[in-house]
Amino acid sequence: MDEHLKIFMASIFAENLALAFFLGMCTFLAVSKTVKTALGLGVAVIVIMTITIPANNLIYQYLLKKGALAWINPSWGGIDLTFLSLISFIGVIAAMVQILEMTLDRFFPPLYNALGIFLPLITVNCAILGGSLFMQERDYNFSESCVFGFGSGVGWALAIAALAGIREKMRYSDVPDGLKGLGITFMTVGLMALAFMSFGGM
Amino acid sequence: MPETKAKDVLIDPIFRNNPIALQVLGICSALAVTTKVETSVAMALSVVFVLGCSNAAVSLIRNFIPTNIRIIVQMTIIASLVIVVDQMLQAFAFDASKQMSVFVGLIITNCIVMGRAEAFAMKNPPLISALDGIGNAIGYSVILIVVGFVRELFGSGAIWGYQVFPLSTEGGWYVANGLLLLPPSAFFIIGLFIWVLRTFKPEQVEQEG
Repeated sequence: MDEHLKIFMASIFAENLALAFFLGMCTFLAVSKTVKTALGLGVAVIVIMTITIPANNLIYQYLLKKGALAWINPSWGGIDLTFLSLISFIGVIAAMVQILEMTLDRFFPPLYNALGIFLPLITVNCAILGGSLFMQERDYNFSESCVFGFGSGVGWALAIAALAGIREKMRYSDVPDGLKGLGITFMTVGLMALAFMSFGGM
Repeated sequence: MPETKAKDVLIDPIFRNNPIALQVLGICSALAVTTKVETSVAMALSVVFVLGCSNAAVSLIRNFIPTNIRIIVQMTIIASLVIVVDQMLQAFAFDASKQMSVFVGLIITNCIVMGRAEAFAMKNPPLISALDGIGNAIGYSVILIVVGFVRELFGSGAIWGYQVFPLSTEGGWYVANGLLLLPPSAFFIIGLFIWVLRTFKPEQVEQEG
Protein backbone atom coordinates (compact mmCIF):
# COMPACT_ATOMS: atom_id res chain seq x y z
CA MET A 1 0.00 0.00 0.00
CA ASP A 2 2.85 2.33 0.96
CA GLU A 3 4.46 1.73 -2.40
CA HIS A 4 1.26 2.76 -4.19
CA LEU A 5 0.89 5.94 -2.19
CA LYS A 6 4.46 6.83 -3.00
CA ILE A 7 3.93 6.34 -6.74
CA PHE A 8 0.75 8.39 -6.54
CA MET A 9 2.30 11.35 -4.76
CA ALA A 10 5.46 11.26 -6.85
CA SER A 11 3.52 11.23 -10.11
CA ILE A 12 1.48 14.28 -9.05
CA PHE A 13 4.22 16.46 -7.58
CA ALA A 14 7.88 15.50 -7.79
CA GLU A 15 7.68 13.78 -11.16
CA ASN A 16 4.96 15.91 -12.65
CA LEU A 17 4.82 14.96 -16.33
CA ALA A 18 4.39 18.51 -17.57
CA LEU A 19 6.87 20.30 -15.35
CA ALA A 20 9.61 17.74 -14.76
CA PHE A 21 9.55 15.87 -18.07
CA PHE A 22 8.17 18.50 -20.48
CA LEU A 23 5.44 16.17 -21.67
CA GLY A 24 2.32 17.46 -23.34
CA MET A 25 3.94 20.87 -23.76
CA CYS A 26 2.27 21.76 -27.06
CA THR A 27 -1.24 21.57 -25.69
CA PHE A 28 0.02 22.80 -22.34
CA LEU A 29 1.10 26.12 -23.85
CA ALA A 30 -1.63 26.40 -26.45
CA VAL A 31 -4.73 25.67 -24.34
CA SER A 32 -3.77 27.49 -21.14
CA LYS A 33 -5.18 30.92 -21.95
CA THR A 34 -8.28 30.62 -19.76
CA VAL A 35 -8.89 28.56 -16.64
CA LYS A 36 -12.16 27.11 -17.91
CA THR A 37 -10.81 25.43 -21.04
CA ALA A 38 -7.68 24.38 -19.17
CA LEU A 39 -9.81 22.56 -16.60
CA GLY A 40 -11.82 20.85 -19.35
CA LEU A 41 -8.69 19.56 -21.00
CA GLY A 42 -7.24 18.57 -17.64
CA VAL A 43 -10.25 16.39 -16.83
CA ALA A 44 -10.12 14.76 -20.26
CA VAL A 45 -6.43 13.96 -19.74
CA ILE A 46 -7.09 12.42 -16.31
CA VAL A 47 -9.80 10.16 -17.75
CA ILE A 48 -7.78 9.01 -20.75
CA MET A 49 -4.62 8.38 -18.74
CA THR A 50 -6.45 6.39 -16.08
CA ILE A 51 -7.81 4.12 -18.84
CA THR A 52 -4.91 3.83 -21.27
CA ILE A 53 -1.97 3.28 -18.93
CA PRO A 54 -3.45 0.17 -17.24
CA ALA A 55 -4.69 -1.07 -20.65
CA ASN A 56 -1.22 -0.69 -22.14
CA ASN A 57 0.21 -2.34 -19.06
CA LEU A 58 -1.89 -5.46 -19.70
CA ILE A 59 -0.87 -5.52 -23.37
CA TYR A 60 2.77 -5.14 -22.46
CA GLN A 61 2.76 -7.79 -19.75
CA TYR A 62 0.76 -10.44 -21.59
CA LEU A 63 1.70 -9.89 -25.23
CA LEU A 64 4.87 -7.90 -25.78
CA LYS A 65 7.34 -8.48 -22.96
CA LYS A 66 10.10 -11.02 -23.49
CA GLY A 67 8.68 -14.43 -22.68
CA ALA A 68 5.18 -13.01 -22.26
CA LEU A 69 3.64 -15.23 -24.92
CA ALA A 70 4.48 -18.36 -22.92
CA TRP A 71 0.92 -18.50 -21.55
CA ILE A 72 -0.38 -19.32 -25.04
CA ASN A 73 2.21 -21.88 -25.94
CA PRO A 74 5.30 -22.68 -23.83
CA SER A 75 7.47 -22.92 -26.94
CA TRP A 76 6.84 -19.21 -27.64
CA GLY A 77 8.62 -18.32 -24.41
CA GLY A 78 11.65 -16.87 -26.21
CA ILE A 79 9.73 -14.36 -28.32
CA ASP A 80 10.47 -10.71 -27.57
CA LEU A 81 8.03 -8.29 -29.16
CA THR A 82 9.11 -5.22 -27.18
CA PHE A 83 9.97 -3.35 -30.36
CA LEU A 84 6.27 -3.35 -31.24
CA SER A 85 5.35 -1.50 -28.06
CA LEU A 86 5.48 2.01 -29.58
CA ILE A 87 3.07 1.23 -32.37
CA SER A 88 0.67 -0.78 -30.19
CA PHE A 89 0.60 1.85 -27.43
CA ILE A 90 -0.25 4.62 -29.83
CA GLY A 91 -2.88 2.38 -31.43
CA VAL A 92 -4.48 1.71 -28.05
CA ILE A 93 -4.47 5.41 -27.22
CA ALA A 94 -6.07 6.42 -30.52
CA ALA A 95 -8.69 3.68 -30.17
CA MET A 96 -9.46 4.55 -26.54
CA VAL A 97 -9.94 8.21 -27.38
CA GLN A 98 -12.31 7.25 -30.18
CA ILE A 99 -14.29 4.84 -27.94
CA LEU A 100 -14.50 7.36 -25.13
CA GLU A 101 -15.74 9.99 -27.56
CA MET A 102 -18.51 7.71 -28.83
CA THR A 103 -19.53 6.55 -25.35
CA LEU A 104 -19.73 10.08 -24.03
CA ASP A 105 -21.70 11.19 -27.07
CA ARG A 106 -24.23 8.39 -26.56
CA PHE A 107 -24.66 8.35 -22.78
CA PHE A 108 -23.43 11.64 -21.35
CA PRO A 109 -24.17 14.41 -23.85
CA PRO A 110 -23.46 17.30 -21.45
CA LEU A 111 -20.02 15.92 -20.64
CA TYR A 112 -19.41 15.30 -24.33
CA ASN A 113 -20.24 18.89 -25.14
CA ALA A 114 -17.89 20.09 -22.45
CA LEU A 115 -14.97 17.88 -23.45
CA GLY A 116 -15.82 17.45 -27.13
CA ILE A 117 -13.21 19.60 -28.82
CA PHE A 118 -10.41 18.45 -26.53
CA LEU A 119 -10.70 14.72 -27.10
CA PRO A 120 -9.09 14.58 -30.56
CA LEU A 121 -6.24 16.78 -29.29
CA ILE A 122 -5.41 14.16 -26.71
CA THR A 123 -4.27 11.49 -29.17
CA VAL A 124 -1.25 13.61 -30.02
CA ASN A 125 -0.64 14.72 -26.45
CA CYS A 126 2.81 13.43 -25.55
CA ALA A 127 1.89 13.13 -21.88
CA ILE A 128 -0.37 10.18 -22.62
CA LEU A 129 2.14 8.21 -24.67
CA GLY A 130 4.91 9.32 -22.31
CA GLY A 131 2.98 7.92 -19.35
CA SER A 132 2.71 4.54 -21.06
CA LEU A 133 6.39 4.52 -21.94
CA PHE A 134 7.40 5.39 -18.38
CA MET A 135 5.14 2.59 -17.17
CA GLN A 136 7.01 0.21 -19.49
CA GLU A 137 10.44 1.49 -18.53
CA ARG A 138 9.83 1.33 -14.79
CA ASP A 139 8.16 -2.06 -15.08
CA TYR A 140 5.06 -1.26 -13.00
CA ASN A 141 2.61 -4.07 -12.32
CA PHE A 142 -1.11 -3.72 -13.01
CA SER A 143 -2.25 -2.07 -9.78
CA GLU A 144 0.78 0.25 -9.72
CA SER A 145 0.05 1.31 -13.28
CA CYS A 146 -3.56 2.19 -12.36
CA VAL A 147 -2.29 4.44 -9.58
CA PHE A 148 0.43 5.90 -11.76
CA GLY A 149 -2.02 6.63 -14.61
CA PHE A 150 -4.47 8.43 -12.35
CA GLY A 151 -1.76 10.29 -10.47
CA SER A 152 0.07 11.60 -13.48
CA GLY A 153 -3.23 12.67 -15.06
CA VAL A 154 -4.05 14.65 -11.92
CA GLY A 155 -0.57 16.16 -11.90
CA TRP A 156 -0.86 17.31 -15.49
CA ALA A 157 -4.33 18.77 -14.91
CA LEU A 158 -3.10 20.60 -11.81
CA ALA A 159 -0.18 22.10 -13.71
CA ILE A 160 -2.25 23.33 -16.65
CA ALA A 161 -4.95 24.80 -14.40
CA ALA A 162 -2.32 26.64 -12.37
CA LEU A 163 -0.60 28.00 -15.47
CA ALA A 164 -3.93 29.17 -16.90
CA GLY A 165 -4.65 31.00 -13.65
CA ILE A 166 -1.32 32.79 -13.79
CA ARG A 167 -1.76 33.71 -17.46
CA GLU A 168 -5.20 35.16 -16.80
CA LYS A 169 -3.69 37.45 -14.18
CA MET A 170 -0.74 38.27 -16.38
CA ARG A 171 -2.95 39.92 -18.97
CA TYR A 172 -2.87 43.02 -16.76
CA SER A 173 0.89 43.17 -16.47
CA ASP A 174 3.23 45.19 -18.60
CA VAL A 175 5.55 42.73 -20.30
CA PRO A 176 8.48 43.78 -22.55
CA ASP A 177 7.53 43.57 -26.22
CA GLY A 178 9.74 40.70 -27.28
CA LEU A 179 8.64 38.57 -24.34
CA LYS A 180 4.91 38.96 -24.89
CA GLY A 181 2.94 35.77 -25.27
CA LEU A 182 5.20 32.79 -25.71
CA GLY A 183 8.38 34.13 -24.13
CA ILE A 184 6.88 35.10 -20.81
CA THR A 185 4.88 31.87 -20.73
CA PHE A 186 8.10 29.89 -20.94
CA MET A 187 9.55 31.89 -18.06
CA THR A 188 6.42 31.32 -15.98
CA VAL A 189 6.52 27.60 -16.64
CA GLY A 190 10.18 27.58 -15.66
CA LEU A 191 9.37 29.22 -12.33
CA MET A 192 6.50 26.78 -11.78
CA ALA A 193 8.83 23.89 -12.52
CA LEU A 194 11.24 25.24 -9.89
CA ALA A 195 8.41 25.42 -7.39
CA PHE A 196 7.31 21.87 -8.11
CA MET A 197 10.87 20.63 -7.72
CA SER A 198 10.75 21.53 -4.07
CA PHE A 199 8.29 18.65 -3.63
CA GLY A 200 11.15 16.36 -4.59
CA GLY A 201 12.36 16.02 -1.02
CA MET A 202 9.07 14.67 0.30
CA MET B 1 9.87 23.15 -59.20
CA PRO B 2 11.53 26.58 -59.25
CA GLU B 3 14.78 26.62 -57.37
CA THR B 4 14.00 29.63 -55.20
CA LYS B 5 10.94 27.93 -53.76
CA ALA B 6 12.91 24.85 -52.79
CA LYS B 7 15.45 27.06 -51.07
CA ASP B 8 12.79 29.06 -49.25
CA VAL B 9 11.11 25.92 -48.05
CA LEU B 10 14.40 24.66 -46.66
CA ILE B 11 15.71 27.89 -45.14
CA ASP B 12 12.55 29.61 -43.96
CA PRO B 13 11.77 27.47 -40.92
CA ILE B 14 15.23 27.93 -39.47
CA PHE B 15 14.89 31.54 -38.34
CA ARG B 16 11.97 33.30 -39.97
CA ASN B 17 9.36 30.70 -39.17
CA ASN B 18 10.98 28.58 -36.52
CA PRO B 19 8.72 25.72 -35.40
CA ILE B 20 9.60 26.09 -31.71
CA ALA B 21 9.92 29.83 -31.36
CA LEU B 22 6.97 30.86 -33.49
CA GLN B 23 4.61 27.96 -34.06
CA VAL B 24 4.96 26.47 -30.54
CA LEU B 25 5.27 22.97 -31.97
CA GLY B 26 7.21 20.02 -30.71
CA ILE B 27 8.56 21.28 -27.44
CA CYS B 28 7.14 18.22 -25.79
CA SER B 29 9.61 15.45 -26.31
CA ALA B 30 12.83 17.32 -26.65
CA LEU B 31 13.74 19.56 -23.76
CA ALA B 32 14.61 16.79 -21.36
CA VAL B 33 17.38 15.53 -23.63
CA THR B 34 19.19 18.86 -23.82
CA THR B 35 21.34 18.53 -20.72
CA LYS B 36 24.23 17.55 -23.01
CA VAL B 37 25.30 18.48 -26.52
CA GLU B 38 25.76 14.84 -27.44
CA THR B 39 22.22 13.74 -26.69
CA SER B 40 20.84 16.92 -28.28
CA VAL B 41 22.64 16.08 -31.50
CA ALA B 42 21.43 12.49 -31.44
CA MET B 43 17.87 13.70 -30.88
CA ALA B 44 18.22 16.33 -33.61
CA LEU B 45 19.48 13.80 -36.16
CA SER B 46 16.65 11.41 -35.31
CA VAL B 47 14.08 14.14 -35.81
CA VAL B 48 15.64 15.24 -39.13
CA PHE B 49 15.46 11.65 -40.34
CA VAL B 50 11.91 10.98 -39.15
CA LEU B 51 10.51 14.29 -40.34
CA GLY B 52 12.13 14.12 -43.78
CA CYS B 53 11.04 10.54 -44.41
CA SER B 54 7.56 10.87 -42.96
CA ASN B 55 6.83 13.99 -45.00
CA ALA B 56 8.01 12.26 -48.17
CA ALA B 57 6.03 9.10 -47.40
CA VAL B 58 2.82 10.90 -46.49
CA SER B 59 3.13 13.06 -49.56
CA LEU B 60 3.65 10.02 -51.85
CA ILE B 61 0.37 8.45 -50.80
CA ARG B 62 -1.53 11.68 -50.17
CA ASN B 63 -3.96 11.05 -53.03
CA PHE B 64 -4.90 7.60 -51.78
CA ILE B 65 -5.58 8.37 -48.10
CA PRO B 66 -9.30 8.68 -47.27
CA THR B 67 -9.71 11.92 -45.31
CA ASN B 68 -11.53 10.27 -42.41
CA ILE B 69 -8.68 8.03 -41.39
CA ARG B 70 -5.74 10.19 -42.41
CA ILE B 71 -4.58 10.79 -38.84
CA ILE B 72 -4.31 7.07 -38.16
CA VAL B 73 -2.45 6.51 -41.45
CA GLN B 74 0.02 9.32 -40.68
CA MET B 75 0.45 7.99 -37.16
CA THR B 76 1.31 4.52 -38.45
CA ILE B 77 3.89 5.84 -40.90
CA ILE B 78 5.51 7.98 -38.23
CA ALA B 79 5.45 5.21 -35.61
CA SER B 80 7.15 2.78 -38.00
CA LEU B 81 9.90 5.30 -38.76
CA VAL B 82 10.43 5.99 -35.07
CA ILE B 83 10.77 2.27 -34.37
CA VAL B 84 13.52 2.14 -37.03
CA VAL B 85 15.32 5.07 -35.37
CA ASP B 86 14.93 3.53 -31.93
CA GLN B 87 16.41 0.19 -33.04
CA MET B 88 19.26 1.94 -34.87
CA LEU B 89 20.14 4.00 -31.80
CA GLN B 90 20.11 0.94 -29.59
CA ALA B 91 22.42 -0.81 -32.02
CA PHE B 92 24.91 1.97 -32.77
CA ALA B 93 24.63 4.59 -30.01
CA PHE B 94 23.59 2.61 -26.98
CA ASP B 95 24.68 5.16 -24.37
CA ALA B 96 22.82 8.02 -25.99
CA SER B 97 19.78 5.81 -26.42
CA LYS B 98 19.85 4.91 -22.70
CA GLN B 99 20.00 8.59 -21.72
CA MET B 100 17.17 9.61 -23.98
CA SER B 101 15.08 6.69 -22.63
CA VAL B 102 11.44 7.26 -23.48
CA PHE B 103 12.03 10.43 -25.42
CA VAL B 104 12.95 8.62 -28.62
CA GLY B 105 9.53 7.01 -28.62
CA LEU B 106 7.96 10.37 -27.98
CA ILE B 107 9.07 11.63 -31.40
CA ILE B 108 5.83 9.95 -32.53
CA THR B 109 3.72 12.46 -30.71
CA ASN B 110 6.06 15.34 -31.49
CA CYS B 111 3.63 17.87 -32.88
CA ILE B 112 6.11 19.04 -35.52
CA VAL B 113 5.99 15.70 -37.27
CA MET B 114 2.20 15.47 -37.29
CA GLY B 115 1.82 19.15 -37.95
CA ARG B 116 4.05 19.19 -41.03
CA ALA B 117 2.47 16.00 -42.39
CA GLU B 118 -0.96 17.57 -42.02
CA ALA B 119 -0.14 21.11 -43.11
CA PHE B 120 2.40 20.59 -45.88
CA ALA B 121 2.85 16.99 -47.03
CA MET B 122 -0.87 16.42 -47.65
CA LYS B 123 -0.91 19.18 -50.26
CA ASN B 124 2.50 19.09 -51.94
CA PRO B 125 4.57 16.69 -54.08
CA PRO B 126 7.09 14.39 -52.34
CA LEU B 127 10.41 16.09 -53.08
CA ILE B 128 9.46 19.51 -51.78
CA SER B 129 7.68 17.94 -48.81
CA ALA B 130 10.85 16.12 -47.86
CA LEU B 131 12.74 19.45 -48.05
CA ASP B 132 10.10 21.12 -45.92
CA GLY B 133 10.43 18.34 -43.37
CA ILE B 134 14.19 18.63 -43.27
CA GLY B 135 14.05 22.43 -43.03
CA ASN B 136 11.67 22.34 -40.10
CA ALA B 137 13.67 19.64 -38.39
CA ILE B 138 16.80 21.77 -38.76
CA GLY B 139 15.02 24.79 -37.28
CA TYR B 140 14.11 22.56 -34.37
CA SER B 141 17.64 21.16 -34.12
CA VAL B 142 19.18 24.64 -33.96
CA ILE B 143 17.25 25.39 -30.77
CA LEU B 144 17.96 21.96 -29.31
CA ILE B 145 21.67 22.25 -29.89
CA VAL B 146 21.88 25.83 -28.63
CA VAL B 147 20.05 24.87 -25.45
CA GLY B 148 22.17 21.73 -25.09
CA PHE B 149 25.35 23.77 -25.58
CA VAL B 150 24.44 26.37 -22.96
CA ARG B 151 23.28 23.81 -20.44
CA GLU B 152 26.30 21.56 -20.77
CA LEU B 153 28.84 24.41 -20.85
CA PHE B 154 27.56 26.20 -17.76
CA GLY B 155 25.99 23.23 -16.02
CA SER B 156 28.99 20.95 -16.03
CA GLY B 157 31.71 23.05 -17.64
CA ALA B 158 32.10 20.75 -20.60
CA ILE B 159 31.28 20.49 -24.30
CA TRP B 160 30.61 17.12 -25.85
CA GLY B 161 32.00 15.47 -22.73
CA TYR B 162 35.34 17.33 -22.86
CA GLN B 163 36.07 19.51 -19.85
CA VAL B 164 36.39 23.12 -21.01
CA PHE B 165 36.22 24.90 -17.68
CA PRO B 166 38.20 23.10 -14.97
CA LEU B 167 35.75 22.38 -12.13
CA SER B 168 36.43 23.66 -8.62
CA THR B 169 35.72 20.19 -7.24
CA GLU B 170 38.76 19.01 -9.18
CA GLY B 171 41.01 21.91 -8.28
CA GLY B 172 39.98 24.28 -11.11
CA TRP B 173 38.28 27.66 -10.92
CA TYR B 174 34.79 27.02 -12.27
CA VAL B 175 31.93 26.32 -9.87
CA ALA B 176 29.37 24.35 -11.86
CA ASN B 177 25.89 25.82 -11.92
CA GLY B 178 23.76 22.82 -11.04
CA LEU B 179 20.54 24.68 -11.78
CA LEU B 180 21.25 24.43 -15.49
CA LEU B 181 21.10 20.66 -15.34
CA LEU B 182 17.60 20.75 -13.86
CA PRO B 183 14.45 20.90 -15.99
CA PRO B 184 13.40 24.51 -15.22
CA SER B 185 16.50 25.99 -16.82
CA ALA B 186 15.49 24.72 -20.25
CA PHE B 187 12.34 26.82 -20.06
CA PHE B 188 14.33 29.92 -19.15
CA ILE B 189 16.82 29.41 -21.96
CA ILE B 190 14.10 28.95 -24.56
CA GLY B 191 12.23 31.94 -23.20
CA LEU B 192 15.37 34.05 -23.56
CA PHE B 193 16.03 32.62 -27.04
CA ILE B 194 12.55 33.67 -28.13
CA TRP B 195 13.10 37.11 -26.63
CA VAL B 196 16.34 37.58 -28.58
CA LEU B 197 14.77 36.29 -31.80
CA ARG B 198 11.79 38.61 -31.45
CA THR B 199 13.90 41.63 -30.63
CA PHE B 200 15.59 41.23 -34.00
CA LYS B 201 12.38 40.34 -35.82
CA PRO B 202 9.74 42.60 -34.24
CA GLU B 203 7.02 41.39 -36.64
CA GLN B 204 6.88 38.12 -34.68
CA VAL B 205 5.76 39.86 -31.48
CA GLU B 206 2.31 38.79 -30.32
CA GLN B 207 -0.09 41.61 -29.66
CA GLU B 208 -1.92 40.10 -26.70
CA GLY B 209 -0.48 37.53 -24.39
